[in-house]
Amino acid sequence: MRKGSAPSRTCTDMRIPCPYCGTRDAHEFGYLGDATTRRPDGGDPFDQVHIRDNPAGPHEELWYHGAGCRRWLVVSRDTRTHAITGARFAKEPA
Amino acid sequence: MSRLAKGGLIDRSQPLDFEFDDRRLKGYAGDTLASALLANDVRLVGRSFKYHRPRGILTAGPDEPNALVELRSGARREPNTRATTVELYDRLVASSQNRWPSLGLDLMAVNRLVAPLLGAGFYYKTFMWPSAFWEKLYEPLIRRAAGLGTASGLPDPDTYEKANAFCDLLVIGAGPAGLMAALTAARAGARVILADEDFRLGGRLLSDNPLIDDRPGADWAARAVAELASFPDVTVMARTTVFGVYDGGTYGAVERVSDHLTTPPAHQPRQRLWRIVAKRAVLAAGATERPIVFGGNDRPGVMLAGAVRTYANRHAVAAGDDVAVFANNDGAWLAARDLLRAGVAVRTVIDIRDTVDPALTAPLREGGARVLTNSRVIGTSGKLLGEIEVLADGHRARIAADTLAISGGWSPTVHMTCHLGDRPVWNEEISAFVPDRTPPGLSVAGAAAGKFGLSECLSGGAGAAIAALGDLSIRATLPATPRTEDEPRRVTAFWHVAESKGAAFVDLQNDVTAKDIAIAHREGFRAVEHLKRYTTLGMATDQGKTSNLTGLAIMAALTGKGIPQTGTTVFRPPYTPVAIGALAGHHRGREFRPTRLTPTHAWAERQGAVFVEAGAWLRAQYYPKPGEADWLETVNREVLAVRSGVGFCDVSTLGKIDIQGPDAGTLLDRVYINAWSTLGVGKARYGVMLREDGMVMDDGTTSRLGPDHFIMTTTTANAAKVYQHLEFCLQVLWPELDVQLASVSEQWAQLSIAGPKAREVLAGIVDAPFDLSNEAFPFMAAGEATVLGGTRARLFRISFSGELAYEIAVPARHGVGLAEALLAAGATPYGTEALGVMRIEKGHAAGNELNGQTTAADLGLGRMMSKKKDFIGRALSQRPGLTDPKRPALVGFRPVDPAQRLRGGAHFIPMGADAVAANDQGHMTSVAYSPTVGHWIGLGLLSDGPDRIGERVRAVDPVRNADIEVEVCHPVFVDPQGDKLRV
Repeated sequence: MRKGSAPSRTCTDMRIPCPYCGTRDAHEFGYLGDATTRRPDGGDPFDQVHIRDNPAGPHEELWYHGAGCRRWLVVSRDTRTHAITGARFAKEPA
Repeated sequence: MSRLAKGGLIDRSQPLDFEFDDRRLKGYAGDTLASALLANDVRLVGRSFKYHRPRGILTAGPDEPNALVELRSGARREPNTRATTVELYDRLVASSQNRWPSLGLDLMAVNRLVAPLLGAGFYYKTFMWPSAFWEKLYEPLIRRAAGLGTASGLPDPDTYEKANAFCDLLVIGAGPAGLMAALTAARAGARVILADEDFRLGGRLLSDNPLIDDRPGADWAARAVAELASFPDVTVMARTTVFGVYDGGTYGAVERVSDHLTTPPAHQPRQRLWRIVAKRAVLAAGATERPIVFGGNDRPGVMLAGAVRTYANRHAVAAGDDVAVFANNDGAWLAARDLLRAGVAVRTVIDIRDTVDPALTAPLREGGARVLTNSRVIGTSGKLLGEIEVLADGHRARIAADTLAISGGWSPTVHMTCHLGDRPVWNEEISAFVPDRTPPGLSVAGAAAGKFGLSECLSGGAGAAIAALGDLSIRATLPATPRTEDEPRRVTAFWHVAESKGAAFVDLQNDVTAKDIAIAHREGFRAVEHLKRYTTLGMATDQGKTSNLTGLAIMAALTGKGIPQTGTTVFRPPYTPVAIGALAGHHRGREFRPTRLTPTHAWAERQGAVFVEAGAWLRAQYYPKPGEADWLETVNREVLAVRSGVGFCDVSTLGKIDIQGPDAGTLLDRVYINAWSTLGVGKARYGVMLREDGMVMDDGTTSRLGPDHFIMTTTTANAAKVYQHLEFCLQVLWPELDVQLASVSEQWAQLSIAGPKAREVLAGIVDAPFDLSNEAFPFMAAGEATVLGGTRARLFRISFSGELAYEIAVPARHGVGLAEALLAAGATPYGTEALGVMRIEKGHAAGNELNGQTTAADLGLGRMMSKKKDFIGRALSQRPGLTDPKRPALVGFRPVDPAQRLRGGAHFIPMGADAVAANDQGHMTSVAYSPTVGHWIGLGLLSDGPDRIGERVRAVDPVRNADIEVEVCHPVFVDPQGDKLRV
């Protein structure tokens, strides 16, 4: 990591604040990926299924609380630091 | 005896017997194995990795590169254990390793004669050709000659467990800084964990024995520990190594619960792996002394000065009778002073510096020692150290000494500040790397921060705790700083004696010499990460704790770059080795993962079933009867019993998902490739679902129990995955659908009843007035009923075997009653093996065919794909590559010679073609002996298969050396019209 370029890091990185269960360890969750793709959106279906950005920085991503409330969540995570800044139900609009 | 007559922190009232290499020896409680060996004048403890050179104890802590022993015997034998960290216990048994036939006479020491061949990069240079020799010849030879201890090869008789802990403040290390940090936090009421790898807390206070408030430092430490133990929210963990920093303020630690005992007490593990989640942490891990590199510096008797001081002050052991000191810093002089005070002869002190503070030299001179400044040791001699050769002011001299205490200065133990990717920075004043950026929530205090003075350690520990608690809004007050005197700590950077005679070792454990570093430099491996891998510097089990900095300093001198420009290699967890057993915990053998049992498991055991693992499940595989020769005879009987009469099988492992809501049909339309909203109530249908990429994900039968109520079945393997997928569809893709899901796999016992007499048997099971006639309850009917006099049940007329068949689901607790009733009614229980034979006879795809690489069309299910609606996977299933008719597709196979056995996994090669990958046309996915048709049958995926019925190909199985001719046929071997299903 380049010095000085990273945002400040928090001490609650790999725990996810599940809106239903409260803050839980990331091990209880399964990861899917980018939460910002909407399918089908009329574009190339191959790109929709397979092509993802790999951003260095803030990322909205889908996690499944399989060992908890079984809700799909949209989690905001910084891919550089693993800092998790929020989580909401995927079912609810942002 | 080298045991001092008095002093030390050992308990002389508790003598302990122990054995080293079959010698019976005595020590005391409070000894380490290393201190006890030294007390018994055992100075040769091991042989080096490559050259089998005799080696002695170098350190008094976890940084030890030489004194690796096999601890305990039999199944509990533990190789590569550092004698310097092993707490002595009564009847301890240890032996030296990497020597043959004995430690004193090691014939492998001839390796030293070929040392020029074994230098840096020798693996890469020497054994290039022929490559086939590597596995068979070179590697076994090298492994035998160069090595460490050997594992017992027996199952570990002890248990290991895992635990979690949470705290406001984790303090790593219980030296002066750590104790002060913990005390400050404890007095503020914080939840504190104090962990230290040693069995006695105090760190260097135990070794240097300074005065704190006019009392011995060890006493101050003991009182601090006692006070900490009095707080209810403070956990003091001795014998616990914090080995790694992970995301989210998570720390890994291993607690050696029983390592200091012969065997663990009842119900206690040997070790416990802790996952500590700390809001804040203070790293007070101290510092590690580094050697100076000179010729013959590996001879037993050459030890770090700080270690010599520890053995004298803490363990009351004189490391030798005739001690010389060689250093570049003040600390070594204090070690020499302490030795003199303890009555040990120190006759020579050699310092590379021109001038040394008279306050340090005076006591040594008074004690009779010769002081040589501007001098250096250039060589050693003796099997064990007997003599050193010194270059003093340009003159060479030989000086007798049985122990040489060396010190090249101290390096802060920065390892854990770097575990999340941060790098330390160079500090010229102390000639060492110090922490810079640290993991979130972790601060550093005391010597680990490069603050070596005792008063700095005490005040720094308190300050770090106050700052950390301040982040958490816990108010702590600065305790009165105890009265102390700081030891002088001046150091002049010095790494390597250029005038060295003989091999000068940098990494003692991996036998890397200063010359190897010069070779790496000459051959272009100059970057630290290249240097490390080319020479193996720092890659041994000690991870180069005493060698990394020296090695890179020598490289920096060769390149002319400074040490900060040369940089360090990456510090990765674990800080010290962690036993695999501790990481596995209870997850081994049968406890590796939970075992799931079917509702009829105990009943099947009583029937003598043989079980098979199916994922986490144990399923009845077959039910042998007395007199049956083998499993095949049993399975044939079970298959024929179903085909000619009636049998039953527990199919509860299939996933069952209850789907309810007005949009349930719409959901199924979108996840399955075929139509569902048109399915009538009381009907079942076979469905296939695809992944987004167009490949088949799962299949199963789903039934409509009411207008808004479906019950889906999934394959056993995919039950959880399909459930998660449906939740994804409902929560992420189509939140507007009004549907609720519940997994009911565990709630229902489901038995399949199959065979021409199934209806007859069922008539005695299903309660009147339920009408089982073909007209009232035809093939693919589904409905609710009661069985066995009022037990709620679901009835499905579905068939996997191709026979007239039903599945009955009852609440799980009634599964055994249903099985008993079916057995009493004359039905034959059959297991998964017969189930599999019958599904292959019917050409049904199962797990072997649903392998994640097959499309619906590949499985002969292409026509199920609806053209009237959209569904998941439809778009990508139309890709040219997935619609290519040449794709391998499902067909049946029979051996041309009916006596021959088919093998799963065999590859199809055209007749007359070479059996090479270029001619591969697919593979056999499932095989079975079919008692119905009287020979082996198979299913397989063959390129363009459905258009090649009747053609012959070869089934080549190089693994089992089989190559047989097979005929391509229709995949349904029994009742291809399906007449038996519908009677």
